[in-house]
Amino acid sequence: MEMKGVAITGMGIISAIGNTVEENYVSLVNNRIGITSIENILTVHSDVIKVGEIKKTNQQLVNELQLSIDNNFSRTAMLGTIAAKQAVQNAQISSINEYKTGLISATSVGGMDMTEVHYYDYFEDENLIKYISSHDGGDVAHKIADELGLKGMVTTISTACSSAANSIMLGARLIKAGKLDRVIVGGTDALAKFTINGFKTLMILSDGYNSPFDNDRKGLNLGEAAAFLVLESDEIVKKENKKVLARVSGYGNANDAFHQTASSENGDGAFLAMEKALQVANLKPEQIDYINVHGTATPNNDLSEGRAIVRIFGEEKAPDFSSTKPLTGHTLAAAAAIEAVYSVLAIQNNVVFPNLNFKTPMHEFNLIPQTTLKYKNIEHVLSNSFGFGGNCSTLIFSKNE
Amino acid sequence: MRKTYINGLGSISAQETFDSVFLEKAEINEIDNVLSLKTPIYKDFISPVAIRRMARGVKNGIVASAMAMKEANVSSVDAIITGTGMGCIEDSDKFLKAIIDNKEAFLTPTSFIQSTHNTVGAQIALGLQCKAYNFTYVNGAVSFESALLDAKMKIEEQEANSILIGGIDEITDYTMSLFKLAGFIKKENESPYKILNSNTKGVVFSEGATFFVLENEIKSTTYAEVLDIEIINKLIVTEVETKTMDFLKANGLQVSDIDAVVLGYDGDVEFDDYYKILSEKLFGKTPQVYYKHLSGEYNTASAFGLWVGAKIIKTQEIPEIISVNNLEKLDYKTILLYNQYKGMDHSFTLISKC
Repeated sequence: MEMKGVAITGMGIISAIGNTVEENYVSLVNNRIGITSIENILTVHSDVIKVGEIKKTNQQLVNELQLSIDNNFSRTAMLGTIAAKQAVQNAQISSINEYKTGLISATSVGGMDMTEVHYYDYFEDENLIKYISSHDGGDVAHKIADELGLKGMVTTISTACSSAANSIMLGARLIKAGKLDRVIVGGTDALAKFTINGFKTLMILSDGYNSPFDNDRKGLNLGEAAAFLVLESDEIVKKENKKVLARVSGYGNANDAFHQTASSENGDGAFLAMEKALQVANLKPEQIDYINVHGTATPNNDLSEGRAIVRIFGEEKAPDFSSTKPLTGHTLAAAAAIEAVYSVLAIQNNVVFPNLNFKTPMHEFNLIPQTTLKYKNIEHVLSNSFGFGGNCSTLIFSKNE
Repeated sequence: MRKTYINGLGSISAQETFDSVFLEKAEINEIDNVLSLKTPIYKDFISPVAIRRMARGVKNGIVASAMAMKEANVSSVDAIITGTGMGCIEDSDKFLKAIIDNKEAFLTPTSFIQSTHNTVGAQIALGLQCKAYNFTYVNGAVSFESALLDAKMKIEEQEANSILIGGIDEITDYTMSLFKLAGFIKKENESPYKILNSNTKGVVFSEGATFFVLENEIKSTTYAEVLDIEIINKLIVTEVETKTMDFLKANGLQVSDIDAVVLGYDGDVEFDDYYKILSEKLFGKTPQVYYKHLSGEYNTASAFGLWVGAKIIKTQEIPEIISVNNLEKLDYKTILLYNQYKGMDHSFTLISKC
């Protein structure tokens, strides 16, 4: 029998709600939110914003990874390496290049966290020059690959906040096409002054705690995180009798082609992405048991995404849905990767995670997120991620039959 | 398996590549260590109001993509896939400077909005009202090859018949000053900058936008078929020959089947051995081509290399200005391209005459 979708055999994550998959799960089912005042970045906005920050300093991350003193890792690369190493370990891979293995990373800020600190100082202090080459997005993937000892296809996708969904999508396609036997897919983004100020000028940062799909939502909390998944071919799964955590059964990407940063009112891009993912998974909308929505809690996103959900599922027939961003913040290019981990956890534990901070339904439609922890059988989870540039991506994860 | 053909080209580079056939107007500049672009008349392609808001990469990307689509005679595509090593650094530099200089006050969102790596792909989609698949790859010297590989897979998956792909990189004065400080760019006092047999470190830098329309059908505008692409993050010099042989073998080819090899020589004495070993050994009797003395080096310069390869197959000639070893062939049927940057991001690309 042909398996539906591509096998996920390992996961790793570090986020504001935990340093491992287990810690993240415990936080998810106990409403332990990771949104706090910012500690690791000096910013004039520290009194007015709250963020999903990983409470480890760069030095602590260096120590944890046992990096040499002259390393030039950005925070983004360190978070990514931690998550990717966990994923490889979780998949019980001991010899990384034994099969044709690739790494598809995703990032939006790359090494910006270092660049913005040292920008003018490079000319004053030659010890800082090493960070010039760690600015670009590809450097992050190179460093993760080196730390894993991986030699093969390595690339990076950067489509703003949908980036990691697209890396998972590409990875699944590479396995299906037989171009790779095994691929590590995911994304990483560290908090940076650059994005804090960027989203601040767009006036879509909440001054409190984000409340997705609430009528009075005031915007998002930024966060930082990294997550990676190991995808493997059915040949490897069979040969090595691998435990399959879940499968990537559907994926779709479309462009809203409406505005560089705003989503269209009817959510055309989101609609097309979900429609395509269902088609690839060969599933009907009513077979989706849970939607992990993009749900950033900006006025624009939730309206647009909600309208697209209504178009796909029908207003009265929308499955249980929730945004996990009240817990983690919006982790940009890593968002779809951590939410992929949460989708797999939902399937493994047959649970819908609550959409916290919700009080008042939006007046535009009758969509009420699931606000409490709900246990039920979960076969298929649909996860949305949308980004600047109209980039809309949907992934569907399914229980391994 | 469905095949992938290059049916249209568009290039903005340090050479006049938009109103010429094949580098007949090319000029070698060995004096500057950063080559400036030969730009088209933007207002022929973009409204003057829009031009003012656009960074160079966006402008060049839009124009080069429009040229490729015009040549391929297509008005819509089923996917837009771009690659960019450094992304939209003009706008990200601008926003970052404003943050630092103004201590996080008095900021406007425009440059932040346009600083995301997928801005070019997004702006092209917006202009075409193209709601299809839209990806952007950001991985050093394989940014463009990732887009090429993705597009080929899309056609093979029967998900698309017509795809726009491109490699775009832009430079800013500040980034160039950082790259000079870090030694990525050749020193000011070391000119003339020879790309072949160079004995100095670093490269001559530049920027550019090179776009291709890939389709599953041969038509009158077809340049070549894209046979295969392989991406490898790291190789040591002594592995290059074996990897090249493996790649050819996987495509049922031998060294003698390759009619020309397009090499990414960039004059960095520390890393040119990767190319030299192929020049001197495997492909000693094969016509060899180089191009970065014309395009300069940048993360997506290899897209210019593919442009060169496609032109060779279409025109069946290798202009003297890009020939490494002055060898010629009567028939240029199959061409291999190999590129790397600083020993990382290796790519092998095979194209052939249809």
